[in-house]
Amino acid sequence: MALLEVNNLEVYYGVICALKGISFHVNEGEIVSLIGANGAGKTTMMQSTVGIIPKKGGSVIFDGQDITKTPCHKIVQLGMTQVPEGRRIFQELTVYENLMMGAYTVKDQQRFKADMDRVFELFPRLAERRKQIAGTLSGGEQQMLAMSRALMINPKLLMLDEPSMGLAPILVDQIFSIIKDLHKAGTTILLVEQNASKALEISDRAYVLETGKITLSGTGKELMQSPEVQKAYLGG
Amino acid sequence: MKLLETLLNGLSSGSTYAMIALGYTMVYGIAKMLNFAHGDVIMVGGYTLYVSAVMMGIHPLLALLLAIICCAVLGVTIEKLAYKPLRGASPLAVLITAIGMSYLLQSVAQMIFGSADRMVRLFDLGRITVGSMQISTYTIITLACSAVIMAGLSLFVKYTRIGRAMIAVSEDKDAAQLMGINVNFIITITFAIGSALAAFAGFFMVLKSPPVNSTLGAMPGIKAFTAAVIGGIGSIPGAMLGGILMGIVESFAQTNPVIAPFTVAIEFSILIVILLVRPSGILGKKRREKV
Ligand SMILES: Nc1ncnc2c1ncn2[C@@H]1O[C@H](COP(=O)(O)OP(=O)(O)O)[C@@H](O)[C@H]1O
Ligand SMILES: [Mg+2]
Repeated sequence: MALLEVNNLEVYYGVICALKGISFHVNEGEIVSLIGANGAGKTTMMQSTVGIIPKKGGSVIFDGQDITKTPCHKIVQLGMTQVPEGRRIFQELTVYENLMMGAYTVKDQQRFKADMDRVFELFPRLAERRKQIAGTLSGGEQQMLAMSRALMINPKLLMLDEPSMGLAPILVDQIFSIIKDLHKAGTTILLVEQNASKALEISDRAYVLETGKITLSGTGKELMQSPEVQKAYLGG
Repeated sequence: MKLLETLLNGLSSGSTYAMIALGYTMVYGIAKMLNFAHGDVIMVGGYTLYVSAVMMGIHPLLALLLAIICCAVLGVTIEKLAYKPLRGASPLAVLITAIGMSYLLQSVAQMIFGSADRMVRLFDLGRITVGSMQISTYTIITLACSAVIMAGLSLFVKYTRIGRAMIAVSEDKDAAQLMGINVNFIITITFAIGSALAAFAGFFMVLKSPPVNSTLGAMPGIKAFTAAVIGGIGSIPGAMLGGILMGIVESFAQTNPVIAPFTVAIEFSILIVILLVRPSGILGKKRREKV
């Protein structure tokens, strides 16, 4: 059974149709990516799936539960969260306080401490900077903080919206290797990227989104070899 | 000594402004709206004190507690009925609704209590003499209570789960939701706290001067709003600073018979000058652009 199943999702901004009925699914244990050009509707898909922006039509099933109309804060408690585009960490709070916000729904102190240790192990740089005001971190560190913050609830499904955006190539590699590590450790991942080659390389399956419609889907390998994808997204 | 007395008076009326300014600033920070009916919540607090302490003879401190509860419930109700349906509507629509709400509260109060002043004398407050200085007990009570309340609020925001959620919502509502924070709940709490503080402000105001009428909150509301903007709207320490500054300026202006008639003009001129120098207020932060 799919962990996340999205059927015929439709989203409008006023009269403008941003998603024209898209369907996709993510099985437990997979890395699935959604690639598409700027403005294709990737962020819209992410935000409407998790309940930040309203859906006009379609349905979303997560972990066997219909969450089409569930408010975002409740969806998060079910174990699905996302690292939003542009990171959106709490700039005025410290690194540690940001992680506390990530664990907002975690009541168990012991679990909180264990989760905190785990993310500091994954991101030692953040451990060194735990008292630093988050707004003063570098772009790469902010991305790591945004990911750690999302990991604080031990999500079953982690959604990442362009985690490599605006980062130097060496950091991009680092972020992708962390995503692979998280996946190995058992987290199911839905990844949205403009950096198609990197995303396809690590994905079990992938979808191509073009102006609000899914035009292609297949395994990561298949899409990497598809002439359309190569022409449009892989610069070849 | 005269100087010190003026300063103390300024501090006490300033902390009343700060109480009110906190309501404006917290609601602005979290719901991103200007609640122009906030001043009128003070008025409702004033009438609650009148009904409970004067008409029914309840102990003034119990009456204060009642006023706090009434104001908090009123604030939350106003948000649910008038503002919540307008989330996502144009800021102008929300502003006009808030102004309408302000007039509605004033009109209802006038329908119930008429336009004549009602006298709310809660305690027999005297003066105490320190050396050659005369300080009214009102000043001391106001200063002490406000100091405790403001310190408590600051600690609440910094060190409690809900307080931190308030900071998160004010910084980024969507990111806050992704943390599992129920934004509607945080907005409700904010209106409740802001309105409870308005009840305290109303209490301090009737301690200083007993007449209560339907426009009791109008002028203090506008001045406190100005104070919140001077301090940097959205900033809690800013509202405290702005309120106190406002009180001190007012107090000094009023001691000089030549300047006194222009007190309000001076206060608003300060606003204009500060906004010219620092458009986001003294402690306001420039919004960092999101990538
Ligand atoms: N808040 C909004 N209001 C109106 N249109 C929007 C809004 N957000 C996105 N859009 C439009 O919806 C389309 C999809 O945007 P988006 O989901 O951000 O794409 P992507 O993440 O793939 O770059 C674009 O045409 C964009 O201009
Ligand atoms: Mg996007």
